[in-house]
Amino acid sequence: MSAMKTNQEFLAELPRLARPEIPYTTLNLGPTHPATHGIFQNVLQMDGERIVHAEQTIGYIHRAFEKIAERRPFYQITPLTDRLNYCSAPINNMGWHLTVEKLLGIKTPKRVDYMRVMVMELARVADHIICNSILGVDTGALTGFTYVYQWREFIYEIYEEICGARLTTNMGRIGGFERDFNDIVFEKTRRFLREFPPVWQEFEDLLLRNRIFMDRTMETGAITAERALNYGMTGPNLRACGLDYDLRVHEPYCSYEDFDFQIPIGTTGDTYDRFVVRNEEIRQSLSIIQQALQRIESMEKVFHAEEEHYYLPPKQEVYRNMEALIYHFKIIMGEIDPPVGEVYHAVEGANGELGFYLVSDGGRTPFRLHFRRPCFIYYQAFPEMVRGQLLSDAIVVMSSLNVIAGELDA
Amino acid sequence: MGSEIKMSNAPEGLAGQGFFATTLDAAVGLARKNSLWPLPFATSCCGIEFMSTMSAHYDLARFGSERLSFTPRQADLLMVMGTIAKKMGPVLRQVYEQMAEPKWVLAVGACASSGGIFDTYSVLQGIDRIIPVDVYVPGCPPRPEQIIEGVMRIQDLVGRESVRRRNSEEYRKLMESYYVK
Amino acid sequence: MEDNKAGHIERVLRNATGLECSVIQDAYGMFCMELPVNQIYATLLALYRDPELGFNFLTDLCGMHDPDKRGKELCVVYHVQSMTRRERLRIKAFASEDQPEFPSITGIYATANWMERETYDFYGIRFLGHPDLRRILNMDEMVDFPMRREFPLEDPLREDKADYQFGR
Repeated sequence: MSAMKTNQEFLAELPRLARPEIPYTTLNLGPTHPATHGIFQNVLQMDGERIVHAEQTIGYIHRAFEKIAERRPFYQITPLTDRLNYCSAPINNMGWHLTVEKLLGIKTPKRVDYMRVMVMELARVADHIICNSILGVDTGALTGFTYVYQWREFIYEIYEEICGARLTTNMGRIGGFERDFNDIVFEKTRRFLREFPPVWQEFEDLLLRNRIFMDRTMETGAITAERALNYGMTGPNLRACGLDYDLRVHEPYCSYEDFDFQIPIGTTGDTYDRFVVRNEEIRQSLSIIQQALQRIESMEKVFHAEEEHYYLPPKQEVYRNMEALIYHFKIIMGEIDPPVGEVYHAVEGANGELGFYLVSDGGRTPFRLHFRRPCFIYYQAFPEMVRGQLLSDAIVVMSSLNVIAGELDA
Repeated sequence: MGSEIKMSNAPEGLAGQGFFATTLDAAVGLARKNSLWPLPFATSCCGIEFMSTMSAHYDLARFGSERLSFTPRQADLLMVMGTIAKKMGPVLRQVYEQMAEPKWVLAVGACASSGGIFDTYSVLQGIDRIIPVDVYVPGCPPRPEQIIEGVMRIQDLVGRESVRRRNSEEYRKLMESYYVK
Repeated sequence: MEDNKAGHIERVLRNATGLECSVIQDAYGMFCMELPVNQIYATLLALYRDPELGFNFLTDLCGMHDPDKRGKELCVVYHVQSMTRRERLRIKAFASEDQPEFPSITGIYATANWMERETYDFYGIRFLGHPDLRRILNMDEMVDFPMRREFPLEDPLREDKADYQFGR
């Protein structure tokens, strides 16, 4: 590693290296490249194996979420949020429910908050599992991925018990959950908390002090905290630069203030730090899940707010009970007017600050809904992060940034 | 411990002392269907389910498809997973054209099959508008079991296909209808 | 106390830019401000530079289209954030459809680059001084601005989905 030049040293030598008689090579990375893990294109200007400039083209799976959202009632937007960052769909669902509840002024019971915290942290673990194990794959360690991926499957099983879906969960309702967690959820979560940490420890041992992995990741894709802030980075990528900005602590939502956990931060903002920060976040998330689980089980079994105007009544009630039928009809047909107003609400997604800017004009659909997608915002920094580095480093940097195409393009 | 290797059944044919005679179609089909090299064209959510399908839990390798071919020139099966936007359409088409015959296409998920919930100006309403599709897998996203089922249906098609099909007039007309070179 | 905070922001801005502005706090605790287009750059720069306020993080930038507001059809909404004071500020500025021009703030925030490109792509708002104002999500060949109200959501070229099938 010591023989390799740092970014700054390389940049200082750049005029000498860029001899005019040798033109730069243009290399097209993507849109369907196995190493990009998603559909986006990078056109790289290469000086030998060094990247001089990278230019991104995105929008290859632009699906017009915001336009669709202007045509859908509030409860129909939840499935759209699933497909933003599909690696951690429950966080998006809960973020959307919290935004609408903020607009409507619904106060949810503590137990609902804790249930939400539990699924959000499970989703964060699932997302970080995939990001870190794929970073392993990109540095040549495929086995670790297949090993830890089984535990992601296990998280899917917990999701299935909660809501019936694996990946795009469409979990919860405005005002709470559609049903209470059953015993299998608690049992499986406890098993997860018991058996996953040793597995993760094994995976971490495989890479953390591994010479090859360290050489590949240290000092690659480093960014300073100032530049990261200027680029609007949030989440683990910002924390790896040494800034402890975490919305769960900064602006507690969903009763996060009741939990005891720490925010891990890095120092240099390179790929290795991002890996380590995510690793530690998994540990903290497991601790939060543990605390949430204890509280949920000891509390009275409520799973939604008593808000008949906004919370969909249970289906069996709809068939038997007149009032439930009326409310069901009114909610589904959009007869209940939300207040006029503008809300910005952000949750700490697995990749960073996932914000929802919701403008309501009192109609059944949002007047305007804008998603602040963390990937879209921090992926801009990629050319700066890889300038002067090797092509193989660019792959690793892209992988550690965890750019999710669905969130990138919306 | 006994061997757990499962052998596929021999095709119908004439067996006797020291020889076995069958049609070329059946022999080639048997070989092809159990060694499909898929090209994962994963764009979005369904791609994550494909990762589940490939990894240890569901293990697509059991069907002879563990060798992912990321270059279209060596792939037999194009698995399109996820939304294909109109911006992506030409890329998908180029990938399809780069694949060598014989080639099959599996459209995984509602988006690839029909556009799914994204009936918008920017999304291609089903990849069969630009390339011919052999098997559609519904679901948003489909479970890994469904993806495996789709691969098995492809295997059925592959196993039964005549070796002359790709040279037939009918096939040429199909390609022409999609303007595939 | 809350009013003092809003007043504090107003005071700092007045001292820095010499322009009048009024900051209010909405029902959800967010500070809101409406500005004429020509004051945006100066105000955001003052907010960014002021060490006490420390609004040095551009959270979000997005456009909005309301054809009913004559002469103020297009709007750009800026969300800036002060991490040290844990405050957020929403700044809105309006322009007419005939002259959808805003100053680019890429000089202050590098992150505004793609956000402005996205807003241009969706609404056709031109950001003067942007280094590379091209479409970002949609195809380059596109001529319309899809997030404007008059643009249909569904693909107008579809022939397999006739209106009569949906009772329209």
